[in-house]
Amino acid sequence: MMPGGNLMSNNHPQINNTIPKSPYPLSREDFISDQMVKWCPGCGDHAILSAVSKVFPEIGYKKENYVLVSGIGCSSRFPYYVNTYGFHGIHGRAMAIASGVKISNPSLSVWIITGDGDSMAIGGNHFIHLIRRNIDVNLLLFNNQIYGLTKGQYSPTSPLGAITKTSPYGTIEHPFTPGELVLGAQGTFFARGIDVQPKMLTDIMFEAARHDGTSVVEVLQNCVIFNDGAYDYIASREYRDERTIYLEHGQPMLFGANKNKGLRWNGSGLEVINLGENGWGINDVLIHDATNPDPGLHLSLAKMNWPEFPVAFGVIRAVKAPTYDDLMEEQIQRIKAQSPIKCMDDLLNSGDTWEVD
Amino acid sequence: MAEKQTNQGQPEHVVIRFSGDSGDGMQLTGTLFSDTAAYTGHDLSTFPDFPAEIRAPQNTVAGVSGFQLHFGSTKIYNSGDLCDVLVAMNPAALKTNLKWAKKGATLLVDVDNFEPKALEKAGYSSNPLEDGSLSAYRVVKAPMRMLAREAVKDLGLDAKSADRTKNMFALGMLLYIFDKPLEHTYHFLEKKFAKKPVVAEANKKVLKAGFDYADTIEILRSKIHIPPARLPKGKYRNITGNIATAWGLMAASEKSGRPLFLGSYPITPATEILMELARHRNLGVKTFQAEDEIAGITSAIGASFAGSLAVTTTSGPGLSLKVEAMGLAVMTELPLVVVDVQRAGPSTGMPTKSEQSDLNMALFGRNGEAPMLIIAASSPADCFYAAFETAKLSLEHMTPAILLTDGYIGFGSEVFRIPRMADLPEITPPIAEPNSDFKPYRRDPKTLARKWALPGTEGLRHRIGGLEKTDVFGEVSTDPLNHEKMVKLRAEKVQRIAHVLPPQEIYGETEGELLIVSWGGTFGAVRNAVEECRKDGLNISHTHFRYINPLPLNTKDVLSKFKKVLVCELNNGQFVNYLRMNFPEIPYLQYNKIQGLPFTVTELCEKFEEFIK
Repeated sequence: MMPGGNLMSNNHPQINNTIPKSPYPLSREDFISDQMVKWCPGCGDHAILSAVSKVFPEIGYKKENYVLVSGIGCSSRFPYYVNTYGFHGIHGRAMAIASGVKISNPSLSVWIITGDGDSMAIGGNHFIHLIRRNIDVNLLLFNNQIYGLTKGQYSPTSPLGAITKTSPYGTIEHPFTPGELVLGAQGTFFARGIDVQPKMLTDIMFEAARHDGTSVVEVLQNCVIFNDGAYDYIASREYRDERTIYLEHGQPMLFGANKNKGLRWNGSGLEVINLGENGWGINDVLIHDATNPDPGLHLSLAKMNWPEFPVAFGVIRAVKAPTYDDLMEEQIQRIKAQSPIKCMDDLLNSGDTWEVD
Repeated sequence: MAEKQTNQGQPEHVVIRFSGDSGDGMQLTGTLFSDTAAYTGHDLSTFPDFPAEIRAPQNTVAGVSGFQLHFGSTKIYNSGDLCDVLVAMNPAALKTNLKWAKKGATLLVDVDNFEPKALEKAGYSSNPLEDGSLSAYRVVKAPMRMLAREAVKDLGLDAKSADRTKNMFALGMLLYIFDKPLEHTYHFLEKKFAKKPVVAEANKKVLKAGFDYADTIEILRSKIHIPPARLPKGKYRNITGNIATAWGLMAASEKSGRPLFLGSYPITPATEILMELARHRNLGVKTFQAEDEIAGITSAIGASFAGSLAVTTTSGPGLSLKVEAMGLAVMTELPLVVVDVQRAGPSTGMPTKSEQSDLNMALFGRNGEAPMLIIAASSPADCFYAAFETAKLSLEHMTPAILLTDGYIGFGSEVFRIPRMADLPEITPPIAEPNSDFKPYRRDPKTLARKWALPGTEGLRHRIGGLEKTDVFGEVSTDPLNHEKMVKLRAEKVQRIAHVLPPQEIYGETEGELLIVSWGGTFGAVRNAVEECRKDGLNISHTHFRYINPLPLNTKDVLSKFKKVLVCELNNGQFVNYLRMNFPEIPYLQYNKIQGLPFTVTELCEKFEEFIK
C-alpha cells in the first residue's frame, strides 16, 4: 500500500466532508423512483443506474442531500429514475447548472449525469471549465461513442472512420479521449469503468464521492441500438483479461488472465512486458500512484488503447487541490470578518453621503 | 434650461461638459466636481461618454473621453442636452465636443495643447483659437500645462507626472467660477494618494493654482452662485445605475433571506454590476464569473434550484445567448433575475452607446410560449428600486424576470436619497415546508405560483426540468391537453402579477389632446420636456411605463382618454407596436431615435409642439 492510499480497496474508507450524513442506514430502496425506466432493453444505462442506487446508500449522506443534474440525451433521463432532488437541464449545460447548485449550497452532494455528445460537444466548454475550477461535484460521463436519442449520428468520441447516419462514408474527425481533456484541464480526479462490470463501477463511484474536487468518471457504455458492441473488443469475456488493465493505487500494473503481463516505463513511454520473458520480473512493473501530482504518467495511462496497450480501468488520478466551493466559503468568512459593513444599511450609508434638512 | 435666469440674473441649473484625451483624467475631474456639487446641496445627473477603445492614440479624435454634468437648484431629470461650459483639454476634444455646446457657451481650453501637431492630429487646418471660428462662444484660453508645471516646480516631480495634474487646474477654475469650496477635493486627494504624499500635494497645489488663476484673470464679472436644490429631507449619496442595480439586488437578498448568487460574463455596459457584486463577499454575495453567457445564466438557474436569489447580468448579445436557458427557467418555474443593460445593436452594434432595442427580445425572444415578467428602470437611482422589485416579484411569483436598464442610465449617475432597509417592503418567497405534502406543480390558487422545494429539505425530493410536466404532479408528459393547460397556467401566472402592481400614473391632466408615452431609461428627458412644454402652455400629459409585462391593469383607461398618443422610444417602434398589439383601438403616433444617443429635451419639445398642431 502506498502512503495515504485506500483507493479502490474493498472496504470503503470513511468519507470526511461537510455534507450531512444520514442518521440511519439507507438501502437502495430509498433511491428507487416511482417512474418507469424507459431506456431500451439491454442498454448499458440500466447497469449504471443500478450501480448508483447501490452506492448512494454506501456513501451514506442524507438522502435529501443528493442532487442529480443532467443535460440532454439518453443518459440525461437518469435523474427521473433516482429518488433524489433532480434537475434535468438543457443540452450541454449540466456542468454549469451543477456548478450553481454546489456553489449555492456546498452541503449538497451533486452528481452530473452526461453523455459524450452532451459533455464533449455542445457542453465541451463547460466541461473543461468545471474541471479547471475543481468544484466539488461528481460527473458520470456515459460514453457510448454515438448520439442515441437523435438516432445514430457520430459523436466527438466516435473513432475516426466510424460509419454512422451522418458519416455514411466514415467520419473524418479525430475523436476526443475524455481522460486527455480532463487532465489537460488540470483535473484532480479521473476514473474509467464499464457498464458490464458493476462491482468496479460502484467502487469507482465511491472513490469519486470521497474525492474533494471535480471527480470525472468515464463509463464506457453500450448503445444496444445504434452502436451495439462498440466495446466488445475489450469488454467481452473472451478479451477482457488480455485487453484491459484494472489500476489499483499502490499495486503493480499487471493484467492478463494469469497476471503475467505488466506495464513498464522504458524511459520515454509505456511498454507492455511479459513477466518471465527476456528477464522481465515483477520489479520492472510500475506501481500505480493515483495521487502523484504530476499528470504525465496518468495521461499516458488514460490514453492507452488496444492493440498497443490494454485499456485502463479504475481510478487513474486522484490528487488533492483546493476546491472552488471551499475557497469561496473561506473568502466570504475572511472578508466578512474584516469588513466594517455588516448589512445593507451599513453599505447604503457608507462612503460619501450628506444630509438635507 | 440655463437661459432661465433667477431674479438675480443667476441660472437655476447648468450643464458642464468635461472633455480631453483618454489619459487626461476627465472622468475623475467630472466626478469630483459632481461630488462637490452634490455635497453643496444640488440635485444632479451625470453621464460619461467614453470611447470603446481603452486608450486610442494620443490627441486623436478617437481618443476623446467626455463626462457631462447637469446640476442645479431645481429637480434635475437627466444629464442635459447642450452644455453651458465646455472644458476642452486638447484640439481633438474641442473638435468632437463643440457640437454639444450651446451658442454663447463658455469654452475652457488648455491653450498649451493647441500646438501644430495636435491641431493636425485633430484634423484642424488652422488654429480655431485664432482663426475666428469660435466667435459665437466665450473662449477662455488658459495655459494650464505651463501653470501646472509652475505650481509644482518645487516638489521635484518629473515632467510627465507634473503634466498629469493639469486636470486639477481645470477643476480649480470651475470650482471658482461656480463658487464652490476646494475642501471636498482636497480631502479626496489626500485619501487617494495617502501613500504618495508628494502626488497629493502636487494635485492640491495645482487645484489651488487653477482656483486662484480664475480669480486673477476675472473670467466673469462675478462668480455664478446656484442655490441648493429643495430636495426632500433625508440622507443622500450619488449613485450610478449599475451600482444601484447591484445594491437593489443585495437589498432584495437581505429582505428575502435568500443568499445572492450572480452568474455572469463580462460585457459592456453591464460589467460594473458584476464588479460591484464581486466586492461584496462582506455581505455573503457569491459571484461566479462564468466561462460564457450561457454558463452565466445556467449556473444561476442551478443556484435558484438550490435556493438562492439567482441573478445573471448582461447586455444585448449576451441576452441572445441566454435565450434557451430563459426558457428552461420558465419551464421549471424558478425565480431568476436577468438584468439586460441595453446597448445599440444588432450584433456587436455600438457597445458603449445606449438604445432601447432589446424590448422585442425580452418580450418574445424564446422558443415556445414563454412569457416572463419584465420591468424597466427609469433612471440611475430608480435602478435600485427596479432591481429590488424585480427580485421581489420573481421570488414571490416563482417566475423568471427580466430587468431592462440601458447604458445611459447604467453609466449615468444621479442623487439618491438613501432608503432605510426597514422601510422597504418584505419579500416572502413560497418556500415549501419540510415533510409537507409537496407536489412540484401544485399552485397557490391566488398567484398560481408553485412552491419552492429546496434541496436538502426532508421529505421534498422531486425532479424538474425542461421537459413538459403534468399539472400538479410534475411527471414527464406529452399529453396534449395537459400541455395546453400548462402553457395557459404559466401565462396566467405572469399576468396575475398585474394585480399587485401600482396603477399606471399620469402626469398632467388625465384626458386631453396629447399624451406622451415613454418607458425605461428615457424618463428624465421626456418628463423634463413635458414640464417645459406645459410651462409654455401646451396641453400635454405624460405617462411613463416601468412595468412592461404585465402592463398595469388600468393601461387601457390611461391611453384611451387622449385624442393622440405619442410613444417616444430609442428604437424603431418596439413598445408602440406592443401597445398596438394589446390595445389596437388607440390612435398611436410615434417618435423614434436610433442613433445610440439619448433624447434631448430640445428635440422632444419640438416634436411635442409639432404633434399637437
